[in-house]
Amino acid sequence: MSDSSTRHPMTGNEMSAAAEGGIERHQYDVIVIGAGGSGLRAAIAAHDSGAKVAVVCKSLLGKAHTVMAEGGAAAAMGNLYPEDNWQVHFRDTMRGGKMLNNWRMAQLHAQEAPERVMELEDWGALFDRTADGLISQRDFGGHRYARLAHIGDRTGLEMIRTLQQRLVALGIDVYMECTVTDLLKAPTDSGADRIAGAFGYWRETGRFIVFETPAVVLATGGFGKAWKVTSNSWEYTGDGHALALRAGATLINMECVQFHPTGMVWPPSVKGLLVTESVRGDGGVLKNSEGERFMFNHIPEYFRAETADTIEEADRWYEDKKNNRRPPELLPRDEVARAINAEVKAGRGTPHGGVYLDIASRRTPEFIKKRLPSMYHQFKELADVDITKEPMEIGPTCHYAMGGVEVDPETEMSVVPGLYSVGECSGGMHGSNRLGGNSLSDLIVFGKRAGDAAAAYAASNGIPSVSEDDVEQAKRSALAPFELEGGENPYAIQSDLQQTMQDLVGIIREGAELEEAISRIETFKQRIAQMTVEGHRQYNPGWHLAIDLRNMLLVSEAVAKAALARQESRGGHTRNDFPGPDPEWGRKNLVVSLDAEGTGVDLREQALPEMPDDLKKFFEE
Amino acid sequence: MTELTEASTSSGYQLKMRIWRGDADGGSLGDYTVEVSEGEVVLDALHRVQATQAGDLAIRWNCKAGKCGSCSAEINGKPRLLCMTRLSDFDPAETITVTPMRSFPVIRDLVTDVSYNYEKARELPGVELGPRDADGKRRMMQVDVERGQEFRKCIECFLCQNTCHVVRDHEDNKPAFAGPRFFLRYAELDMHPLDTRDRRETVRDQAGIGLCNITKCCTEVCPEGIKITDNAIIPMKERVADKKYDPLVWLGNKIGLRNKDNDGRTAT
Repeated sequence: MSDSSTRHPMTGNEMSAAAEGGIERHQYDVIVIGAGGSGLRAAIAAHDSGAKVAVVCKSLLGKAHTVMAEGGAAAAMGNLYPEDNWQVHFRDTMRGGKMLNNWRMAQLHAQEAPERVMELEDWGALFDRTADGLISQRDFGGHRYARLAHIGDRTGLEMIRTLQQRLVALGIDVYMECTVTDLLKAPTDSGADRIAGAFGYWRETGRFIVFETPAVVLATGGFGKAWKVTSNSWEYTGDGHALALRAGATLINMECVQFHPTGMVWPPSVKGLLVTESVRGDGGVLKNSEGERFMFNHIPEYFRAETADTIEEADRWYEDKKNNRRPPELLPRDEVARAINAEVKAGRGTPHGGVYLDIASRRTPEFIKKRLPSMYHQFKELADVDITKEPMEIGPTCHYAMGGVEVDPETEMSVVPGLYSVGECSGGMHGSNRLGGNSLSDLIVFGKRAGDAAAAYAASNGIPSVSEDDVEQAKRSALAPFELEGGENPYAIQSDLQQTMQDLVGIIREGAELEEAISRIETFKQRIAQMTVEGHRQYNPGWHLAIDLRNMLLVSEAVAKAALARQESRGGHTRNDFPGPDPEWGRKNLVVSLDAEGTGVDLREQALPEMPDDLKKFFEE
Repeated sequence: MTELTEASTSSGYQLKMRIWRGDADGGSLGDYTVEVSEGEVVLDALHRVQATQAGDLAIRWNCKAGKCGSCSAEINGKPRLLCMTRLSDFDPAETITVTPMRSFPVIRDLVTDVSYNYEKARELPGVELGPRDADGKRRMMQVDVERGQEFRKCIECFLCQNTCHVVRDHEDNKPAFAGPRFFLRYAELDMHPLDTRDRRETVRDQAGIGLCNITKCCTEVCPEGIKITDNAIIPMKERVADKKYDPLVWLGNKIGLRNKDNDGRTAT
C-alpha cells in the first residue's frame, strides 16, 4: 500500500517490493512501454525535451522485434535519385495503402524521415554508402525510386543498436523483462479520465510494480502471434492495442493485416520466418512450379500504368529507371501475397506449398553474399539451401498490423488524455497496406513526435494520484490464472486461437468464415476464464502467456469483427465475397472500442479526414 | 531442393533431453522425452516440452531466427544459440543436455542474469562525431565503414562473454574486465571514420583489454562469425600499445604539447 512517508524525498519512489505483498513504485514524467525502434526514439525525444522518462519492456534491451527488420528505412533523401522528394514518397505511401491512410501522417512521415535517418547516423549507425560516400538507398516494392537507407539486410538491428546505445549514453532508465498488464487512470475536472500510471510485473520475480505518470507512450508493436504462420515473435500479442482499448482509446484499420509475400515454408520449424523483400529489390524473381515468372499475370489495373509488362522491360529497369517501368515482383506486398496465394491454389506451387524466389540465376554469388548476408546465413543454417545456387521456397506469412490506436497525427495522442501510441501499435499511417521500408521510418518519425508531445503534456499536467482500488483490481486480474486448479493449459488455448485466425481470418476472407471465427472467439473467452498455470510467479512462461493471451484474444475479436464489417477488398483486407474495392468504403474507417461490458469490442464507421486540395493534385492523372 | 527431398523421407522420433531445472539456490538435470520432427532446432524441442510437460520451464527467447541473441545456453557443454542448433547435427539416439550459460548467475532454469553486460555497456564512452558537412549530410566511403559494419553485426547474445575464460574461470575479474563483446565495440568506435574520441586509455585501464590473452574462444562461439580476436581485439591491443609506448607521444604529453593524437582525437 502506498504511504507517502516511506517515499524517497527526492524521487518519490517507493521500493517495498521485498516485503510480503509489497509493490515497487516509481514516478516518472513519461513512461514508454516497448523498447523497439519507436519506443526508444520516443524515450530519447522525451528525455531531450527535459522529461524524466523510463522505458518498460517485456524482453531484454536490444531484443525487440525491430531487430527482425531487414530491408531498410524509407526516406526520400535523394542520394541516388535527386528527383526523389517527400511528395513522391507521400504519393507512393498513399497509393500503397489504397488511400485509406491518414493523409497527414503520411505527409509528416515523408517529410521528416530523411532527417530522422540522418540522426541515426549522428548517433553512430553505419549505413551502406553510395559511391560518393552518402547513405546508400535500395529499391523496394511500391517505391518509385531507390529509397531505403540500409545496412546489408540487417537494418533493423542497426537501428535498434544505435538507439539503444544512444539511450544508454543519455542515462535513461530501462525496466527490462517487465510486463505492463494494466493502465491506471484518474478523473479530471472535464469529466474525461486521464492517464495516471501503469501496473505491471517483473518477469524475473513475478513481483508487481506501479509507475505513477501522467503520460504513457504505447510502443508495443503488433499482434501477429495470433496467427499460426507468422514472422512475429512471442512478444507480438497486441498488448498495446488491448491496453489502449481497456483504457478507453479507439483502434482503426484493424481489418487490415499484412501478409508478407515471402516467408520461409520449409522446414516446418521455421515456417513463416521472414525472407526480406530486398531479395526482390536486388533482382530476385518469383517463379511457379512451371518455371514461369507469374507476376506478369497478376498486375492489377490500379498499378498497370507504372508496372512493366514484359520481362525485358522489367529487367532493364534495375539499370535504367527513367525509361522503364518497375518489375511486377515489386508491386506492393498485398498484391504479391495474393498472387502467390492464387498460384499455389491453382496447383502451381512447390512441393512444400509455396512458390520459388530465385536470385541464384540472376546475380553473382559475391553480390548475393554482400547484399543479403543474413538471408544467405538463414537459409544455409536452417534449411540447407544455398541461395547463391538454388531458388528459395517461400509463401505468405502474417507480418504486420496496419491497425492500431487512433491518434492525433501531430502528437500521436489517443482520445485518452496522456495516452500516446507509436509504431506498429498505432493506426492510420499505412492505411490498408504498408509499403516495405515505411515501418522503420515510421518508428523514428512518430517516435520523436510522441516523445516530444508526451514531455510537453507532462510538463503542464502534474503526476496524478493512482487509485489503490485500481491497483488491487490489477493485482487480482494478474493473479487470476493461479486461482483455479485443474483448468486448461494456456498453451493449448493459444494454439487453437492461432489455428482459428489462420484458417478463418487469413489472407483471403469470407463472410461466413469470419462469422464462424467470431463465434469461436466467444468460446475462447470462456476457455481463458478457466485457465490454470502451474508453478510459481518467478520467471514462469506459462503465467506470462496466460496474461498475454487475454490481449491476443481481444485484438483477434477486433480484427475479425472489422473484417466482417468491411464489405470490400482493399490492401491487406481481401474478401472473396466482395472481391473489389468499393469507393464508399474507401472514404471511411472502422473505429473499434471496448464494449459496455468490457469483455469484447464494438464498431462504428467514421469518415476519413479529407485531404487538402494541394495534396490531392498528386493523385490526379 | 534435392537435399530437402532426401530429408523429407526421414520422419519424427522421440528425443531424449536432459534440461537443467532450478534457480539461484541450486538445481539439477531433469530427464524429458519429447517428439521431434525433421528440420527442427533445439528450441523447438524445448518449446514442446514447455507446452506439453513443463509449462513453467523458463527459457529466454525472441526471434527464433538467430537475429536477436536471446536464447543463448550451453548444449552438451558448448555455448550456442538454441534457435540455431539443429537437431540433425546430433544422432537421434543421442541425449541432448541443455544447461544455462555458466558465467552468469542463474535466475531460473535456462535463464541467466546477464546484467553484467548491460553494466559494462554503460561504462563505455559513446560515439561522438564532428559536425555534418555543409549540405547537412555526412560522407564516409564504403571501404571505411566495412570494418565497423562487421562488428555491428553483433547480436549481443553474450556467448563470447560467457565463454571468455578471463571471467568464466575467474569471477573476480568481472569488475575490471569488459569482455570481448565490448572490445568489439571499442574497436568499432576506434575505426569509425568520423568519430572524434580517443578511448585507448579507457579500453586499457577500465575495460581491461590487457587481461585478454587472445585464445580466440570468443571468435569460435560467435554465431555471427565475427572475427573478434583477429579483427577487433588484436588491432585494439596494438593501438593501445602504440599510444603507451611511442616515446614522442609520451614526451608530447609530458610537456603539454599534445592533447590530441595524430587523428585529431581527444582523450576521454
